[in-house]
Amino acid sequence: MNAQARIPALQDPRLNRPEPFSPPLGDGGFFQRDRSMHPPAHAPGYKSSVLRSPRQALLSLENSISEITGPVFGHNDLGPLDNDLIRNYAKDGDPVGERIIVHGRVLDETGRGVPNTLVEFWQANAGGRYRHKKDTYLAPIDPNFGGCGRALTDDTGYYYFRTVKPGPYPWRNYVNSWRPAHIHFSVFGSGFAQRLITQMYFEGDPLIPVCPILTTIPDKDALDRLVAPLDLNASTPFDSLAYRFDIVLRGQRSTYFENRPEGN
Amino acid sequence: MPQPLNYLKETASQTAGPYVHIGLIPAMAGFDIFEKNFSNVLVTPNTSGERITLEGKVLDGTGSPLRDVLLEIWQANASGRYNHPADRSAAALEEDFRGWGRAGSDFDSGLVTFETIKPGAITDKAGRKCAPHVNVWIVARGINIGLNTRLYFSDEEAANAADPVLNLVEPPVRRKTLVATRSARDGKVVYSFTINLQGLEETVFFDV
Repeated sequence: MNAQARIPALQDPRLNRPEPFSPPLGDGGFFQRDRSMHPPAHAPGYKSSVLRSPRQALLSLENSISEITGPVFGHNDLGPLDNDLIRNYAKDGDPVGERIIVHGRVLDETGRGVPNTLVEFWQANAGGRYRHKKDTYLAPIDPNFGGCGRALTDDTGYYYFRTVKPGPYPWRNYVNSWRPAHIHFSVFGSGFAQRLITQMYFEGDPLIPVCPILTTIPDKDALDRLVAPLDLNASTPFDSLAYRFDIVLRGQRSTYFENRPEGN
Repeated sequence: MPQPLNYLKETASQTAGPYVHIGLIPAMAGFDIFEKNFSNVLVTPNTSGERITLEGKVLDGTGSPLRDVLLEIWQANASGRYNHPADRSAAALEEDFRGWGRAGSDFDSGLVTFETIKPGAITDKAGRKCAPHVNVWIVARGINIGLNTRLYFSDEEAANAADPVLNLVEPPVRRKTLVATRSARDGKVVYSFTINLQGLEETVFFDV
């Protein structure tokens, strides 16, 4: 299979709406973050959060140029195999595991695609073991699997990569706590205030409802939006299954600048 | 029923976890995979401005350093211009200074360092001068959503006293949690900071 072949973007029925718009009178700031859609800093069921959560109220800051801007990345920052986790660390063969494609769009809250933004991802191997010097889980390292990659979204916000499905693994929270299979995502957006790290889960995983990290999210719908459905239409017959994962970053008001609206 | 607005909802954050290095700084995880890597060195030999080292730790509620934390910084160049199309200020742009870097803390000491330049003052939308500062974003195991804070510079007393963001911080005694302390070491300029996640000296974090 040619991993670099473009997988056609699918029309998401949720996005079947008129072109997004916003009035040309804005301050260029991002929409207020709805923190009820995010886990609270202090979530005692996830024990590590107890000593690492601020206790004072966050100071709300109307966005200045420091928050509206953010780092810009380009194809020069990436290598040709960066979005192919099946090949980017292969030494003497393919990694063990279910071959999958993960694809989707990075959008903002208005439904606009976020173009040319950096998406980074990392994960355990098929046995649930990370290639990390601090991971001591007894499942073996896969000599042909590194477990990380990155991609730049295209003009429509679309990204994809190829990998193997990660395995679940135990961790020290309760004695018998297990992480559902997941892939970590890091996304930039266009401004530093959009910076986001999250995790993608897999449809049907029975560990999802009992995960102490996933259940830090108070809103059921917000939790469900982290679960990627199987996308048979995007699968490659006799090769790879596919999962679809859209990521939504904060929306942004237009910038009023010299009588000319920007950002629309 | 009014018409529906149909905005999408922002994707929920999740912790970066203890193995964040695999994806973002693989060399720290113990392997080499990408041809090009991001780092904690923001400067090139061509970068203009005063070379500085930013050095500090992130402490938990017991005062212990986080040894698995990852910081990113975003800053203007020495002229006070961000390398981003939304910054249309008259200050000079430097194409090869991205103004962004990331660093993982040392696995033993918890020390985080950046090699960069001291940013210039910027002017906000209301035309006010903002004191030179570096924007900081913090993720780690146990941090459910990235924490935003800033670092100001101890030798900018007058500019800090007039800074519109520092002046929002109440009570004023908390403002010092955002100021890095300048010193000289082996001929280099070092700014030291401590980010306290909890306690009487808890750092000011922003909802940006």
